[in-house]
Amino acid sequence: MDIATLTLTELRDALRRGDTTSVAATQAMIDRIVAYDNAIGSYLTLADESALEQAAAADRRRAAGEDGPLLGVPVAVKDILCTAGIPTTAGSKILDGFIPPYDAHAVERLIAAGAVILGKTNTDEFAMGSSTENSAYFTTRNPWDLERVPGGSSGGSAAAVAAGLAYGALGTDTGGSVRQPASFCGVVGLRPTYGRVSRWGVVAFASSLDQVGPFGRTVADCAALLGVIAGHDPRDSTSLPAPVPDYEAALTGDVRGLRVGVPREYFIEGMEPEVEAAVRAAIEQLAALGAEIVEVSLPHTHYGLPVYYLIAPAEASANLARYDGTRFGPRVAGADMIDTVRQTRALFGPEVKRRIMLGTYALSAGYYDEYYGRALRARTLIADDFRRAFESVDVIAAPTSPTTAFRVGERVDDPLSMYLADVFTLPLNLSAACGLSVPCGVDSGGLPIGLQLIGDTLQEARILNAAYAYETARPWHRRLPVVPAEV
Amino acid sequence: MAEQYEAVIGLEIHAELLTESKMFCGCRVVDSVAATPNTAVCPVCLGMPGMLPVINRRAVEFALRVALALGCDIQPHNIFARKNYFYPDLPKGYQISQYELPIGRHGHLDVTLPGGETRRIGIRRVHMEEDTGKLTHLERGGSLVDYNRSGVPLLEIVSEPDIRSGEEARAYATRIRQILRYLGVNSGDMEKGVLRIEPNISLRPRGSQAFGTRTELKNLNSFRALAEGTDYELARQAAVLDAGGQVTQETRGWHDTRRETFSQRAKEEAEDYRYFAEPDLPPLTLDDNWIVTARAALPELPQAKEARYTGQLGLSPGEAAALADDRAVAEWFDAAVAAGGAPKTLANWILNDLFRLLNERGRRIDDIPVAPAALVALLDLVAQGALNLNSARDVLAEMLDSGRAPADIVAARGLTQISDEAALLALVEQTIADNPDALANYLGGKTALLGWFVGQVMRATRGQANPAVVNRLVAERLAARGPG
Repeated sequence: MDIATLTLTELRDALRRGDTTSVAATQAMIDRIVAYDNAIGSYLTLADESALEQAAAADRRRAAGEDGPLLGVPVAVKDILCTAGIPTTAGSKILDGFIPPYDAHAVERLIAAGAVILGKTNTDEFAMGSSTENSAYFTTRNPWDLERVPGGSSGGSAAAVAAGLAYGALGTDTGGSVRQPASFCGVVGLRPTYGRVSRWGVVAFASSLDQVGPFGRTVADCAALLGVIAGHDPRDSTSLPAPVPDYEAALTGDVRGLRVGVPREYFIEGMEPEVEAAVRAAIEQLAALGAEIVEVSLPHTHYGLPVYYLIAPAEASANLARYDGTRFGPRVAGADMIDTVRQTRALFGPEVKRRIMLGTYALSAGYYDEYYGRALRARTLIADDFRRAFESVDVIAAPTSPTTAFRVGERVDDPLSMYLADVFTLPLNLSAACGLSVPCGVDSGGLPIGLQLIGDTLQEARILNAAYAYETARPWHRRLPVVPAEV
Repeated sequence: MAEQYEAVIGLEIHAELLTESKMFCGCRVVDSVAATPNTAVCPVCLGMPGMLPVINRRAVEFALRVALALGCDIQPHNIFARKNYFYPDLPKGYQISQYELPIGRHGHLDVTLPGGETRRIGIRRVHMEEDTGKLTHLERGGSLVDYNRSGVPLLEIVSEPDIRSGEEARAYATRIRQILRYLGVNSGDMEKGVLRIEPNISLRPRGSQAFGTRTELKNLNSFRALAEGTDYELARQAAVLDAGGQVTQETRGWHDTRRETFSQRAKEEAEDYRYFAEPDLPPLTLDDNWIVTARAALPELPQAKEARYTGQLGLSPGEAAALADDRAVAEWFDAAVAAGGAPKTLANWILNDLFRLLNERGRRIDDIPVAPAALVALLDLVAQGALNLNSARDVLAEMLDSGRAPADIVAARGLTQISDEAALLALVEQTIADNPDALANYLGGKTALLGWFVGQVMRATRGQANPAVVNRLVAERLAARGPG
């Protein structure tokens, strides 16, 4: 048994059987990170010491007869979730050296479930980006092709899981930041319904869109992680008080009679033909498994991008106002109080500044109605599209991204083409739906392609089961990237 | 102020709410003057990354009470908004406030002016928000910031521009403070900044409907400063206009010792706060049941009490206002009336004797061992002639100190008034007989000596004789001796 190639649920079961130990699994991950992450750059902070302590503690608990949903399983956390005692930067220089005194709710849940926190993964600055190229520290590389991006903003988490540098990971998805990198890296990534996972301790980008989601090599891994992090948290007033189903138990693989909607607006000109072919083949596969394929329309899809780029920056412009050097993080001293704020805020990177300006403008007196107010109304239309579609279908199937992973540097000078990477993922964030990306093939260059499955509010179990049925029939997850050590 | 202008004044009142914890986190609300800086803070009220607000329902309850007491339409669907601006005392870079849908709108308050005239002042809105921290600028340079106050629940009460003078502003603000105290939501302590009053002041030609350019007045730490500062500002603006000048839109401060206003900050353009609905807080719905319950739980408000005291109880407006001023006093008085006391007599005793005794002892009426019914019992003893007034005052003082019943004190101190005419008549005869010189002088025309004889009898009884009876008997017996 090569311990490093086990999936999260396989490791969990091996630990339960006593076939291996958490220390062994954790050490294996640390060894791989040391060997491979110089080339990939998935981790911003490796918490190896505390991880090994947690692993040893997990093994002791196991020896004492205890168990937990993730007891002893090493996982990674996107550096936008706060971790008590471990630096949390949100990929930004403005939080360089910031060590939160608290854990994000999702991290608390991981720890309570017995998980081992390996470290913090790279992200576009404040999760603003689709490639990790906006990280203020470095760009993460795609394990399938080091010249290519892993997607973003949760590219570090996706790459770490794909490269076998963590058994699972958490990311956040504000406009596609879990699903799109999952697609690019050939792993499973799920964006839960807004409110399913508490945002407590998640460095805010766009509060009405942000949601924590899991990455796993398999659908079952995602289901296991989601079961741990989902649930009501009274500290987040937008957290849903709905009970958490047993997501793993829902993985029956039976999709007979499942009505799968295919939205014509998600198959557009400009998408890579290989992506379209793979996604259509995947939908055929679902049909072969007994699902009923129905064409649906989400007529306001084309508003998604402009609406998102008004609402998300507007909220961000307020959320990022607290970074003024007064209470935490670095401070660049200026001539006076206001100058200090100004100088400190110069630490933001160009994409963050761009969005702060976009958002500030969209909310300004005289422009609010024309931009932000209109965007809110259009958001309702987009949400209504999904609601109406789910009156006749159970699941919507679509591509996750119009392309496979692009080259590092290819889009950095063209924000609009970068924004297009999320054109199929961000409408969902504007609605009350949930979605995931599951690997559904590769292009001629061997780069992964993702199938996006979208479910109605709190229907995570349903999309997980549909993905599981597909994955069982077409186990793309068994194909692993070959990562060169020490380039 | 010149006759050709009409004053247009609106008041913004910020009142901290006396909740146990802050508006959006569990931190205690502490005395921001006395507490050690930055000891009542947490990651939420410090605006640290990833922290989220949770609405304090108690603060909403308090806000609801105020909105109801001010006759507002209650907004069942409350939206919180972010008000964006940079300042080091504002940790998040935005203040969570209410903008489009405040909890209360379209209210009003009737205020009585010193001349007795009543004016109705419109209440534009009552909304909930959070307080900021406090900056201290050091003389040697640099600033200190204390976030103890950051996130303390704050209520903003905005009047319509219906106020016409400093005196009206004072009457309105005084009434607001009184109501806040009645509702138990604010201490009214302006010195400590828990109640902050900012008038917007402008002039317009009498008869005009348009508004003139306004100035906003800050750092008023007393009602006197409010009245004087407002009148000063009206006069200053009138002088500017009379001289053909234009009023500058600005924020002005009030200098309490020089008794004048001074320019603090020009406000040439309206600030753009970029309000938008707070995405971290879903709309807060006040269900009918909540509103109905809160309305039913409102105490009788001071205006209503004053009207009842003058109307039903026959008190003077001055007495009514004095009794109704403080809820505890008014309720004590109400309880005494309910216990059967005569309102007018009770009013006299409470406003004069009881207040004096409380002052001497530095105590509050809700902090004494004397039940309202005990004062009624004491006054009954006086009315029955069993106790004279001077003794009654002494007994009241002892009641305050010991909490004992008046009858017990009277019995223990042997203070029972002697009204028995036969016994007193013998004493009067004896006193006249014992003082032949005084009697001679009296009969010789020094009629003022009647009082002296009364005093002798009172002394002989150690003050326990009923003075009215003694007075009558002395007069009768002296008259019997000869011409008075």
